[in-house]
Amino acid sequence: MAVPIEMIINGKSVATKVDADTLLSTFLREHLRLTGTHVGCDTASCGACTVHVGGRAVKSCNVLAAQLAGQDITTIEGIAPRDGSLHPMQAAFKACHGLQCGFCTAGMVMSAIDLVLHHPHATEEEIRHGLEGNLCRCTGYQNIVKAVVMAAKTMDGGQAS
Amino acid sequence: MSAVRAPLIGRSVERKEDYRFLTGVGQYTDDIVLPGQSHGYFLRSPHAHARLRSIDIGGARGAPGVLAVYTAEDLAGIGGLPCGWLIKSIDGSPMKEPKHPVLAEGKVRYVGEQIALVVAETAAQAKAAAALIDVDYDVLPAVVDTASAARNSTCVHDLAPDNVCYTWEIGDESAVTAAFAQAAHVTRLDLINNRLIPNAIEPRAANARYSAADDSYTLYVTSQNPHVERLLMTAFVLGLPEHKMRVIAPDVGGGFGSKIYLYAEETALVWASRRVGRPIKWTAERSESFLTDAHGRDHVTTAELALDAQGHFLALRVRTTANMGAYLSTFASSIPTILYATLLAGQYATPQIHCTVQAVFTNTAPVDAYRGAGRPEATYLLERIVELAARELGIDPVALRRRNFIRKFPHATPVGLTYDTGDYEATLNRVLDLADVAGYPARKQASAAKGLLRGIGYSCYIEACGLAPSNIAGALGARAGLFEAGEVRVHPTGKVTVFTGSHSHGQGHETTFAQVVADRLGISLEDVDIQHGDTGKVLFGMGTYGSRSLAVGGSAIVKAVDKIISKGRKIAAHLLEASDADVEFENGEFRIAGTDRKKTFAEIALTAYVPHNYPLDKLEPGLNENAFYDPTNFTYPAGSYVCEVEVDPETGKVRVDRFSASDDFGNVINPMIVEGQVQGGIAQGIGQALLEGCCYNEDGQLLTGSFTDYAVPRADDLPGLDIELSPGTPCTHNPLGVKGCGEAGAIGSPPAVINAVLDALAPLGVTQIDMPATPHRVWEAIARSKR
Repeated sequence: MAVPIEMIINGKSVATKVDADTLLSTFLREHLRLTGTHVGCDTASCGACTVHVGGRAVKSCNVLAAQLAGQDITTIEGIAPRDGSLHPMQAAFKACHGLQCGFCTAGMVMSAIDLVLHHPHATEEEIRHGLEGNLCRCTGYQNIVKAVVMAAKTMDGGQAS
Repeated sequence: MSAVRAPLIGRSVERKEDYRFLTGVGQYTDDIVLPGQSHGYFLRSPHAHARLRSIDIGGARGAPGVLAVYTAEDLAGIGGLPCGWLIKSIDGSPMKEPKHPVLAEGKVRYVGEQIALVVAETAAQAKAAAALIDVDYDVLPAVVDTASAARNSTCVHDLAPDNVCYTWEIGDESAVTAAFAQAAHVTRLDLINNRLIPNAIEPRAANARYSAADDSYTLYVTSQNPHVERLLMTAFVLGLPEHKMRVIAPDVGGGFGSKIYLYAEETALVWASRRVGRPIKWTAERSESFLTDAHGRDHVTTAELALDAQGHFLALRVRTTANMGAYLSTFASSIPTILYATLLAGQYATPQIHCTVQAVFTNTAPVDAYRGAGRPEATYLLERIVELAARELGIDPVALRRRNFIRKFPHATPVGLTYDTGDYEATLNRVLDLADVAGYPARKQASAAKGLLRGIGYSCYIEACGLAPSNIAGALGARAGLFEAGEVRVHPTGKVTVFTGSHSHGQGHETTFAQVVADRLGISLEDVDIQHGDTGKVLFGMGTYGSRSLAVGGSAIVKAVDKIISKGRKIAAHLLEASDADVEFENGEFRIAGTDRKKTFAEIALTAYVPHNYPLDKLEPGLNENAFYDPTNFTYPAGSYVCEVEVDPETGKVRVDRFSASDDFGNVINPMIVEGQVQGGIAQGIGQALLEGCCYNEDGQLLTGSFTDYAVPRADDLPGLDIELSPGTPCTHNPLGVKGCGEAGAIGSPPAVINAVLDALAPLGVTQIDMPATPHRVWEAIARSKR
């Protein structure tokens, strides 16, 4: 059964109809072709599909699109300024080699932004704990943690996504 | 005169590929939607071993959105998935090679084996329809246990009634027996190398399209080696013309070995795409990844080390049983033989080694290369038994290693390899500093004050990379060459596109290879683009595995670049009215030696494409060269790792507190990328040592089939790692002097961790524990020691 939904995605209004059982990850990837959000497990274990809903990190494979009427959603495609530069978290991942194959990266960056916005002074141990919902098989997390530490220094309060 | 710019080689240049990954515009297989896209779903066996009495697809065929349903019956005449390496048994007989069918034929042999392909308008419709297929199974007992498979009365394949695929040996058995007779001490160790599930975060996926316009196929697939995929699929399975198929491996989200192989799913999709007349896409759910990605390791081993009274190694005897799973995957047979037993010398001058390997079939998923592939198993065994010998003899484990190090190169081992270069003393000394071993007693005391047991463990690894000299591989049973191909295309403006047969799925080739080319041509990094992963663009390729990309693929590129320079020199000589021999090339300029008469690289490129003033009688226009590079030897990276753990004796919980690594990879192009490879490898090694273990129950049901049952390391499971790239001993036989770094961490780290755990538990009398050393296992070992 198709249900009407309206939401803001990366700053743009979206009004459409989706089947009631459409996952947010499916809606983003297949309906809107925002394929930067990846699906690694479809059981909320790996975090590759993490996006922001109302400014908080949410695993988009475990929420229905229809649940999010009226919400403000940001994906990896929506965090960088429009001038081609990078969000401080993206820049820090690049500078610190916090990504290899790139598949977990979108979810990792989205989780990390949420972490820093809500815990701007997190210790390395707290960062590791804060990111334990996101799996990375390539990096061993060391450079991801380094990137989050670096980004926390450059992200000010106004950089909320 | 242009300024001499700083070399790019050796610099931690930020990666060219990162922008697309960080902004979400990378393109992975599942991101691709083709016009007329349909979707496939595979019905898989819920049983480990069963006869298929009947398959009724009637209900599925009529379900909403369904375009087609296929079973093995439809695939009559289609070949099995081939195994690329022929291993012969001791008696000279070839390994048993039962057919590895694209869809199950008459029997299923592991949980997850694909029985039928349903094609529908949507993925959800295909999945729903698959549930309507009625399969009548005659369930049979399952063969699961590796150690006892050869004694099991049930057989997986009629072709191998005792479940033995081959029994292979290497080394001089009688010399080993003689050496043991002279030994002052023999250390014996029984161990298991735990079965692992690779779990690249991107699940396997494929999207196949048939074009009636030119009777050709295009396959997008999560592959580490698209040309090999194409060759095997067309020539050995489907009987299609190789040149009528294009395989594209776009951005691939990690492989670790699991995406080397030709799998049934993409083969079925290609076959079906012509019949359905629409492109068909399939993406594995994570549970399918657990069930059907080729697993790794799974060895059961008994090893004995003979030593003289001074602690010199006299001989090593190894008996290993290796699980192949239900079918031979693409490289399965070579992993526990060629890539395992040849590494048993490690860093030591052990004069005699003998190893027998029995490979067995079981009702489990196929087992093949997983990061390290045979070399972690060899290193784990060796570094465990060396540490145990040290403990038994009361010799410091570091001193015992030093006493037995190989010190003269080249060194021929008794298991078939000749190491060209190395300095094991150097990497060991550096890691002892890095690990602050001197401060260990104080740290141990501090842990004890908290009620925790601290242990320290060492590991000195070697690996054989740069797979491989084709003639040696061929003599050892490889059914393929193992060279690499590269092409350098200089455009009229002097910009350069490089095509490589290596494939990057996280390794950063687009940056590292560009650094090499830009330096050699004296042009800027931005002017070099690396293309890979597309048989329609790249002339040929053997792909990426075995830490071979830079050593073999990079060397092919260097060869092609040198051909470009050589041709450029001829063009420059013509323009400068000099002889070829008088023209030198440096910093992007062709110059008559000792003068300021010169032409820039860009001028030469333009001349090659606008050949108005050009020696057309002697030289073709254009500036495009390709090269194939076949190495003369393996490369031999080596290093030393030190791990410190704290064990809570009340809970059995192990925490890795410190981990230090010193690696000799020869010359290093991009230290940042290389350190990243080591970090990731060590994370997987710590995962194997403490967290990861694939478990089947006695019925062959996979008990660890999700991320909640199978513990892939998370950020808070791992310590910070201290990694130092040693100045190194450059490889002596490739033009870059590089050795390979992709697997080292996964090879060297598991024994360091387990040696540390056993060191911590030594005061309690615990002498053996198998991986993964989970809290439960450690707690049990402690409890047993108290009895």
